[in-house]
Amino acid sequence: MSLKQVHDEQPKEFNFSNENLKKAEEILKKYPEKNKKSAVMPFLYLTQRQNNNWIPLAAMKYIANYLSMPYISVYEVATFYTMYNLTPVGNFFVQVCTTTPCLIRGADKIVKLCKEKISPNENEVSKKGNCSWMEVECLGACVNAPMIQINDDYYEDLDEKSMKEILDSLMNDKPLKPGSYKGRKNTAPEKKILVKGNNHA
Amino acid sequence: MLKSEDKIFKNLYNELGWKIEDSIKRDDWKDTKNLISKGRDWIINEVKTSELRGRGGAGFPTGLKWSFTPKEVGSRPHYLVINADESEPGTCKDRDILRFEPQKLIEGCLIAGYAVNAHICYIYIRGEYFNEGKRLQEAIDQAYEKKYLGKNACGSEWDFDIHIHYGAGAYICGEETALLESIEGNKGQPRLKPPFPALVGLYGCPTIVNNVETIAVVPTILRRGGKWFASIGKPKNTGTKIFCISGNVNSPCNVEEEMGISLKELIEKYAGGVIGGWENLQAVIPGGSSMPLLPKKICDTITMDFDSLIENKSGLGTAGIVVINKNQDIVACMARIARFYKHESCGQCTPCREGSGWMWRILDRIAKRKATFSDIDLLSDVTKQIEGHTICAFGEGSSWPVQGLLRHFRKEIESRCREEPLIKKKIDNPYLVDQHLLENKNA
Repeated sequence: MSLKQVHDEQPKEFNFSNENLKKAEEILKKYPEKNKKSAVMPFLYLTQRQNNNWIPLAAMKYIANYLSMPYISVYEVATFYTMYNLTPVGNFFVQVCTTTPCLIRGADKIVKLCKEKISPNENEVSKKGNCSWMEVECLGACVNAPMIQINDDYYEDLDEKSMKEILDSLMNDKPLKPGSYKGRKNTAPEKKILVKGNNHA
Repeated sequence: MLKSEDKIFKNLYNELGWKIEDSIKRDDWKDTKNLISKGRDWIINEVKTSELRGRGGAGFPTGLKWSFTPKEVGSRPHYLVINADESEPGTCKDRDILRFEPQKLIEGCLIAGYAVNAHICYIYIRGEYFNEGKRLQEAIDQAYEKKYLGKNACGSEWDFDIHIHYGAGAYICGEETALLESIEGNKGQPRLKPPFPALVGLYGCPTIVNNVETIAVVPTILRRGGKWFASIGKPKNTGTKIFCISGNVNSPCNVEEEMGISLKELIEKYAGGVIGGWENLQAVIPGGSSMPLLPKKICDTITMDFDSLIENKSGLGTAGIVVINKNQDIVACMARIARFYKHESCGQCTPCREGSGWMWRILDRIAKRKATFSDIDLLSDVTKQIEGHTICAFGEGSSWPVQGLLRHFRKEIESRCREEPLIKKKIDNPYLVDQHLLENKNA
């Protein structure tokens, strides 16, 4: 159970854009007519994507009206699940997995780099580059540990050097490509090649 | 060892392409219409013959589960729900199925849906797997184009639709009733069982919830026969399984192997061995973080299947193998797992909500060498207070790893604890209050 804080400055109004209204109607078709409430999670995602990756209270009221459910139920859902951001985050939202499989392969070094390069504390938007970071629980790519998620994409098989490059690329607004940074294919075992007596991936 | 022709997931690393044309070349969707025309009873019996056990952690026989649904559809429709909320630390097998073998899953959904009388299937994917969900949606669209889904799916006269529902970062939604709550648009808090979802599930209707891997192997089982599947592995622990080997190994990887393969062979042959050699092994978590760890002595001989791991007071779980070598601080590793459970407890049952925090704080203290001897018994007591006193299996999942640590590494823990009670030392260590409320940064 995570404690979540609601942002101090809240916009007064929120409405779905026309494009999202169409998407919302499509989403509603997935669920039975009398169980409209099921759409609350996809709707919160739509909101988050429309509103710079965070959800204001006005949007929760809007969704509650839309799905004719109590506002408190929407609030409950938005605060229960960790992926709904209730405060603004950076344009590049870096989530560092620090659960045991990543930890024992050096996730603490990745966290240290985030502290140095982005901001000393979690969930603070960086001065340069509009970036923020946070520690998260297992992201489900343990075989590719340590790894981070930037917005929707997974960056895998990291080490200090590659993490530095990735963070620098974020600061310059030109993010590097997601995927493995050891050059291996997905979750296949690495093929080791000996180059001048040294192991190379 | 598994022969290459017996491998079910031939495209686990995406060497052959994931698109529907590529997977048809690998025999997906071959004779699906015929398989379905053989009828419900044949399908369920064949799955029972194969002795397939659920791949999501609990290992419940799949055929038996399917046979619990009402034979006739009454006033309430039936649903099939696929659990792709893979969040168990150490596990990343479903991700590869979603990315690279989506047609196996989709075909399995159709067959399973027919077997349990369901016209609608929801696939619940964890929110972090956004790209994997997008890929799966593409694969579903391709299947619709080929008329494998929709009205009269695959010419079977059975209407079948698949919808994707994203989770939003809650581990507990991998528990089947919490998952159903989440689809219904509520907080993901588990329901009391019984009634089981097979009778009262999604929207109060009969619902079968299965793991991705379980459903994805079903088409191959039906095509090659339940007996073929049962001939692989050990009795009651049959078939193939995707093992995820992570942690301190030279080349962490996912690999499909037969059940009952020895742990040492898996690690040495596929994962390039333990970093620093086999002698440098400290412990292995054999089945995702919820399962108690095994010390090196047991790892030398253990085989990876449900029953032999239960004999050793652990479990196969999701087959996410986390290797921990002697360079790691074992107590710190387990304290981190305890923190995971503290973070992920849904807060519904008091023993779990409060106890998971207690376990983390005590383990953290032990890792920092600030604990006393009485803390060890306190820790053991807390785990017993949680186990069996909660609505869902999260209570066991969070207390078993700690019990495993106490069972196998008690000496290590004792060596870190001081004899004198805290009061004498005047250490600022308030262990009778909820410490995380005092320290905001941990909240």
